[in-house]
Amino acid sequence: MKMTKLGAGLALSALLATGAAAQQPVKIGFITTLSGPGGYIGADSRDAFNLAVEMEGGKLGGVPVQVVVEDDGLKPGQGKQIADRMLKTDGIKLFTGIIFSNVLGATAPDILDAGGIYVSNNAGPSNFAGKDCHKNYYVVSWQNDTLHESAGQNATNLGYKKAFILAPNYPAGKDALAGFKRFFKGDIVGEVYTRLDQTDFAPEMAQIRAAKPDMVFHFHPGGLGITFARQYQQAGLLGAIPLVVAAPSVDSNIVKALGDAAIGTNGTTHWNTDFDNPANKKFMEAWSKKYPGRLPTYYAGQAYDTALAIGAALKAVNGDLKDTEKFRQAMLKADFQAVRGPFKFGPNQHPVQDWVATRVEKGPDGAPVIKTIGKVFTDKGDVYSKDCKL
Amino acid sequence: MTLALEQILNGFQFGIMLFLMAAGLTLIFGIMNVINLAHGSLYMIGAYGAALVAARTGSFLLAVPAGLIAAALAGLVIEFLVIRKLYDRDHLQQVLATFGLILFINEGTTMLFGRTPLFVGMPAFLSGSVEIIPGIPYPTYRIAIMVVGLLVAFGLYLLVNKTRIGMLVRAGSTHREMVRALGVDIRLLYTVVFALGALLAGLAGLMAGPLLAVQVGMGEQILILTFVVVVIGGLGSIRGAFYGALIVGLTDTILRAFLPGFLKTFMNASEADALGAGLSSMGIYLVMALVLLIRPQGLFHAQG
Repeated sequence: MKMTKLGAGLALSALLATGAAAQQPVKIGFITTLSGPGGYIGADSRDAFNLAVEMEGGKLGGVPVQVVVEDDGLKPGQGKQIADRMLKTDGIKLFTGIIFSNVLGATAPDILDAGGIYVSNNAGPSNFAGKDCHKNYYVVSWQNDTLHESAGQNATNLGYKKAFILAPNYPAGKDALAGFKRFFKGDIVGEVYTRLDQTDFAPEMAQIRAAKPDMVFHFHPGGLGITFARQYQQAGLLGAIPLVVAAPSVDSNIVKALGDAAIGTNGTTHWNTDFDNPANKKFMEAWSKKYPGRLPTYYAGQAYDTALAIGAALKAVNGDLKDTEKFRQAMLKADFQAVRGPFKFGPNQHPVQDWVATRVEKGPDGAPVIKTIGKVFTDKGDVYSKDCKL
Repeated sequence: MTLALEQILNGFQFGIMLFLMAAGLTLIFGIMNVINLAHGSLYMIGAYGAALVAARTGSFLLAVPAGLIAAALAGLVIEFLVIRKLYDRDHLQQVLATFGLILFINEGTTMLFGRTPLFVGMPAFLSGSVEIIPGIPYPTYRIAIMVVGLLVAFGLYLLVNKTRIGMLVRAGSTHREMVRALGVDIRLLYTVVFALGALLAGLAGLMAGPLLAVQVGMGEQILILTFVVVVIGGLGSIRGAFYGALIVGLTDTILRAFLPGFLKTFMNASEADALGAGLSSMGIYLVMALVLLIRPQGLFHAQG
């Protein structure tokens, strides 16, 4: 609620600044996950999106906007209800913000059926990238599989031959292992499905030790990942068998919670705080001024890019969302400087982008930081786009 | 062979952890006849109390009493403000009220301490590993958990079976009205029992801190397993909680560790992995169903 007021206040001050003749602000529905263990992800996304609006003085692409933030509580039903209310009562047409694929799966179809537009800042499930793709559905972050494909490629590049892989026993976990295996050229010496509510990983640690792999890939988002990594360290495996993971298992929030236990972890990502391009420098400067002492996660980076992408399209149509085809033509040009560097949309309106390898190292102040090491993929799309007929 | 031994040790240690939670829950459930869903919140409060003090002072030895005191105090406050009004109500209302407490405490913790999981350092003297089985280094901290858990089990045994309070507790669980008629202040007894349960949950929470992510919602993850333990062991029985916890801990760990491997001997690998994961997560519930079928009151029911 507070954010809504803030957004409205910003929009109001923008109105005053440009005179009474200025147009009505375009409302953007920002449905995201703010409560529960995954809440920091939504908070980072919201703050970065709002920061982009603030940096332009309440506008995106020169068009006044009002960001309406609501918490879905990681409940698909709740996300759907919020979207319905925003569509019908508030007359909102443009949506973004959803973090988890299961919430997106329940919410996005309603928005699209009602003639709305959805621009994803995080979740990119496979069905919407393939046969269920839609003209008014855009993903700025990634297709989910590419996260784990890049980790698999990274493991191959690093020369590992025997991998032990683990993920929770749910759809995104199975996709993660499948994605990793698609690009890993070595042998899989162990494949374990954990539980989403698991707190003790000691049996898995013993299995890893017995299997003697030369690397471990795991996908455990949020708190699970912290628990896993700490117990990995306590079992004495951290120094012995390197971790090669995807971005969700090594974001800057997890690194902060893990402390020195995170050092040496290999990751892959499409954006990192140390990217050397003007757009990213501008973003990092504004972020550290607004939130001193808080490192943005990559969720913040991609939410900021989402705001810029929306801004570029709004500018081209001058804030008019009535003609979604016109908006679409503008959106697909991706006429903005992304903080992650080169960015374009593929035929399924999902990103075609570069992936980099990262490693957690000791920073100048002794605290561990995620460092960019080198390229993994250039102009990488996803495997589902061939099934998409737009 | 060493792997099997290590996995049994892991299961044993997990069981001990569950016992600390279940002991408090079974006391409250069996003696006061209150279903306390907020038991997991007390576990979280213990973990947060210890984590925050450890972060401020850097001392694990100060963090231990901090976690215990935080959980016990929270227990006292909850008993006084909420639970006391629920003794004569039916179980549905108790479930509703204590579920409300979960929401309240979780949101309150989020407001006070944020959503970022806390980091608890492990005390240096426990951070190494010991080769109790040759060739397999076992973390000292996990051994310490087992030792503490066994000491607590022994202490509770003495308390319940050898002291006057224990006698009242036993009497209170089976003949509530008679204890009251004999002039014992049953209210005070209930408060003490509830605080003791909270203290044990806090102990489990603070010991789990260095192993897990200390975060909002951590209590609910372990709560369901704790209820399974209490149901298997029998309501109100500390002995039942002990054996129930070991059964659940060992079953869960051994199924998870060996079932996929066993299935692989006659199935293809990826199907075996998926099926094994599914079956092993059902394992403890199958055990619970089996126990309920043969002994509907649990293995060691207090009245039986």
